Amino acid sequence: METYTLIVLLLAATIRVATPLLLAALAGMFSERSGVIDLGLEGKMLGAAFAAAAASAVTGSVWAGLAAGILTSVALALLIGFACITHRGNQVVAAMAVNIMVAGLGPSLALAWFHLGGQTPQLDALGQRFVEIVWPWAERAREAPLPGLLYAELLSGHNLVVYLAAALLPAGAWVLYRTRFGLRLRAVGENPAAVDTAGISVNGLRYQAVLISGMLCGVAGAYLSTAASSGFVRDMTAGKGYLALAALIFGKWRPYPTLGACLLFAFTDALAARLQGVALPVVGVIPVQFILALPYVLTVLLLAGFVGKAIAPKAIGVPYAKED
Amino acid sequence: MSPVHTERPVEPASPGRGHPPALELRGIDKRFGPVHANRAVSFSVARGTVHGLIGENGAGKSTLMNIVYGFHRADAGEVWVHGRRADIHRPHDAIAAGIGMVHQHFMLVDNFTVLENVVLGVEGGWLLADGLARARAELERIARDYGLAVPLDAVVEHLPVGLQQRVEILKALYRRAELLILDEPTAVLTPQETEQLFRMLARLREQGKTVILVTHKLREIMAVTDRVTVMRQGAVVHETATSETSERALAEKMVGRAVSLQVEKTSARPGDVLLAVHDLEVRDRLGVTRVKGASFELRAGEILGLAGVAGNGQSELLEALAGILKPSRGEIVFNGAALVRSGLGPRDRRRLGLAHVPEDRLHRGTVAAFSAQDNAILGYQDQPAYSRGGFLRRSAILAGCERKMRAYDVRPPDPGLRLSAFSGGNQQKLVLAREIDSAPQVLLVGQPTRGVDIGAVEFIHGRLVGLRDAGKALLLVSVELDEILGLADRILVMFGGRIVGEVVPAEASEEKLGLMMAGVKEGKA
Amino acid sequence: MSAPGRLPRWADVGLLPVVSLLAALAASAALIALVGESPGEALRLMAAGAFGSQEAAGYTLYYATNFIFTGLAVAVAFHAGLFNIGCEGQAYVGGLGVGLVCLGLDHHWPFWAILPAAMIAAAGFGAAWAFIPAWLQARRGSHIVITTIMFNFIASALMTWLLVEVLIKPGQQSPESREFASAAWLPTMSALFGHVGLRLSASPLNLAFVLALAASAFVWVFVWRTRWGYALRTVGQNPAAAVYAGISPPRVMLVAMLLSGALAGGLGLNEVMGVQHRLLLDFPGGAGFVGIAVALMGRNHPVGIFFAAVLFGALYQGGSQLSFDLPRINRDMVVVIQGLVILACGALENLFRTPLAALFARRCDSGAGD
Repeated sequence: METYTLIVLLLAATIRVATPLLLAALAGMFSERSGVIDLGLEGKMLGAAFAAAAASAVTGSVWAGLAAGILTSVALALLIGFACITHRGNQVVAAMAVNIMVAGLGPSLALAWFHLGGQTPQLDALGQRFVEIVWPWAERAREAPLPGLLYAELLSGHNLVVYLAAALLPAGAWVLYRTRFGLRLRAVGENPAAVDTAGISVNGLRYQAVLISGMLCGVAGAYLSTAASSGFVRDMTAGKGYLALAALIFGKWRPYPTLGACLLFAFTDALAARLQGVALPVVGVIPVQFILALPYVLTVLLLAGFVGKAIAPKAIGVPYAKED
Repeated sequence: MSPVHTERPVEPASPGRGHPPALELRGIDKRFGPVHANRAVSFSVARGTVHGLIGENGAGKSTLMNIVYGFHRADAGEVWVHGRRADIHRPHDAIAAGIGMVHQHFMLVDNFTVLENVVLGVEGGWLLADGLARARAELERIARDYGLAVPLDAVVEHLPVGLQQRVEILKALYRRAELLILDEPTAVLTPQETEQLFRMLARLREQGKTVILVTHKLREIMAVTDRVTVMRQGAVVHETATSETSERALAEKMVGRAVSLQVEKTSARPGDVLLAVHDLEVRDRLGVTRVKGASFELRAGEILGLAGVAGNGQSELLEALAGILKPSRGEIVFNGAALVRSGLGPRDRRRLGLAHVPEDRLHRGTVAAFSAQDNAILGYQDQPAYSRGGFLRRSAILAGCERKMRAYDVRPPDPGLRLSAFSGGNQQKLVLAREIDSAPQVLLVGQPTRGVDIGAVEFIHGRLVGLRDAGKALLLVSVELDEILGLADRILVMFGGRIVGEVVPAEASEEKLGLMMAGVKEGKA
Repeated sequence: MSAPGRLPRWADVGLLPVVSLLAALAASAALIALVGESPGEALRLMAAGAFGSQEAAGYTLYYATNFIFTGLAVAVAFHAGLFNIGCEGQAYVGGLGVGLVCLGLDHHWPFWAILPAAMIAAAGFGAAWAFIPAWLQARRGSHIVITTIMFNFIASALMTWLLVEVLIKPGQQSPESREFASAAWLPTMSALFGHVGLRLSASPLNLAFVLALAASAFVWVFVWRTRWGYALRTVGQNPAAAVYAGISPPRVMLVAMLLSGALAGGLGLNEVMGVQHRLLLDFPGGAGFVGIAVALMGRNHPVGIFFAAVLFGALYQGGSQLSFDLPRINRDMVVVIQGLVILACGALENLFRTPLAALFARRCDSGAGD
């Protein structure tokens, strides 16, 4: 059945789009639950995307790319941490600075190193990229009715990072709610003074949180340039970091609702691609820009309290200073 | 400036029974920039005692205790705990040395349960589940031993203040604290809760724990401590057994000279009713009803005191009168104008002659980053004296500020200086100057001497009485009973949002007031 | 007891930004060396490219015009305690207003009538785009940083749709409107000076620069010399004190954001009416974000903003010159430097403030004796 196939393919596309969003939103969750606003998701992802593509192109190994991506993102996270945690700088300003700097840095270094006008070389599927993993009997299952196509398109046929992201979500939730680290992390985002008087280092905790955010953003960035496409191009995150942040807010800073928001936003993206120029019954052609703007509009509506209420961690955005 | 202090030999306190002192400070010195917060402070606290640490605001008590707890680092000096030199760099070290601290502002995570709050920092392993189960058993035992029952699974923000404080004490005990420091613990408590707290402290002492009670309330020192150390201007000036001293003696040591706890004033000659409040009901920002049907009248030429434990509706009543909070019911009639019905805000009320010295000077009454002259027009920025056609009259503002600073002896008399560079007393004098300078008919005053040095206190009290004698009406809200008793001509007592009684200071003992503030209703005094 | 220490006012306003800027430039120099060019040569080329000729200086000031508008916009919001990251979107929509006025009136009205209409449209559209985030912050407490970011994206989607589907010149591929008739062009400075007999080289510098200077003067008077400005600063510094003083913080926030959006809309005059003479995609080109850097560096004061805007104008103009002359450098390098300046001036301030304050404290101590 034609509609059925369409829907399955749409959902498969949703999963691919949602992967970097989910990784980045998880990254933001750790940072923001510790009280550090994570507007830097965009920059960290973009930096990682560049580093991953560059390293993969130079070494020929996608794993070296992933490592470089994570290292770069972590370095940027530490830079923001240095400004905001150690020196109590404005978190929004620091993150915007990094976002802007990285937006220029990627193409600048790409030009200097590869002379391709701000891009990295095209990556080969063999070894330099994360390629689709086809599960056993997927091709045969495709022939079968209903469950077969689901198996072939939704479960099988994604690259490693997609499965990694799927595994990181429950892992992240478990860390946040079931471990000592998670308890302290949630505490420091609500009342850092309580954490300090309990004999735990506030800055230490926040650095750990920022570090985790850096690593996850690194994976997300590497996904963009070495899995979802084959190389780095200028501004390739295209606002995905902000969208992930919106998803995090939409998910009220909780893991599973955030997954829901990521899937919803990714779905609108996938849908927009499908609906380009297609006339629908009753409404006619919906401009694709409207569908693309939908996640942002929804987030604004949520923040306005028209769609539920998002209550941020209490201490978010406030540098911790003892003497007061 | 820096005087050399000879170190007094520290005599071991008697109830130690051969033990080394629970806490011994040797020559603790600490500066914050130009401020010498602690000057070679030495004293010791015997094990198994309740030790009072008393001093005025800014005497250095809190700094000292924060050094003991590892929040600040001392520039010089040593801390000895139970006979061992303790190297305390951060709270972690203090906790390890057996020191627990209950801060004035509770250090609790509001949306955590009691259990989660208690284990925070001592979870006992990576996995929460095991640690929480073990903690629950241990806490139930502690609660039995010390009579500290708290619902472990309740979310902290839903608990009343008294219980939250109990959670803090529980936290310390769970960390096996032998020495417990309480910083101004009664400021937020009702008299009964204070009683309970003191009983709890006595119980802790019986169990061999040591308690340091930091306070500026003489009554509490006399009620519960074994020994008391007095601090003034960063230094220890006196130490004695509580049984061998009196409130008056302690007060003199605190201030450094004989103090008149009495305010000089003649009896009032009340005139016409200037402000009438009818059945006022006020809700706070969370929608909780804080003032429940208050009615009273305020006459020209009198100071009406509003007494009560903090949090019983006085603040909200004051803010409603000033136009900051909107009453949900009732009316305020000022000079014949119905303020609520006609929807007059703070600005309009000032214009009509209703001025307001807010309780929280830094949070409400001033802008720390503004210069003194910009602060001197706060609330009056739209009045023709200071602005014309929307433009600020800079020279008039400057001249006005200079005049106010002269009249109220604000030091330094520099209108361009940032407000935060002035001392608390001088800030308060500037606020007072601003409000009284506008020639109000009625002045609402909240906590006029909070965080103000004694010299300024007498000055401020004198000005308030002077305003009364000039035929104006004053409504005074203060949590300091002495202040209310000294200044007011009549006293209304608030409890649980209601005005529960009226007394005349001459006929009111502190005990009687205390009972009324605790909600024990008496016949009309 | 404030930890980072306090500086004398002149050092806070003058010295600290310069030290921060130098640090940012040192980092930029290191980067230029890293990509294999000589920092000294790059600096020389940039300076020459930005100020070497009348034409170059004209380009620099043309860029600076945008940055003055957006810098003022960020600063006004900042004084009310609001972080307006949405200048980019507000400038975009403000430009739309300018474009619509020009497209609608250029064949009917003379220039002197179109100009005020376009100015009103620029301010009105920019303010309108700022209104919703402002209202949501003031009345419903929605975090304005997030909502203004969202509104940047929404503005971008809206403008793309308008230009692709609605305003596009029929029969044309690229999403642009038709060119305005010359009645809707802002005169260039060289043309203006030509009238009084002064010859200036041709550059995109136009009347909008003068309007930006006028806006700067207006902002100064408004913030520091009127009671509304007093209210604005009070709300920004201490909202509780504002309520006490009878000032309504929600109303002041609304006013501040409307003014901020209106100022951001001024960019549209410069770009749409002054240079491009048509509506096209993404004409703000990141100037909204540069405004953040400019406001931070300029200490939210119009004079400081002017100098910071000229500096960034020079970076943009000199940077594009650089990319012509040095093969290993492209225009993106300017964006990197911009990020570094924001980082050093805005977020890492305390890194320099603490040692500077210590230095001053020591000097005061030894000077005064004990």
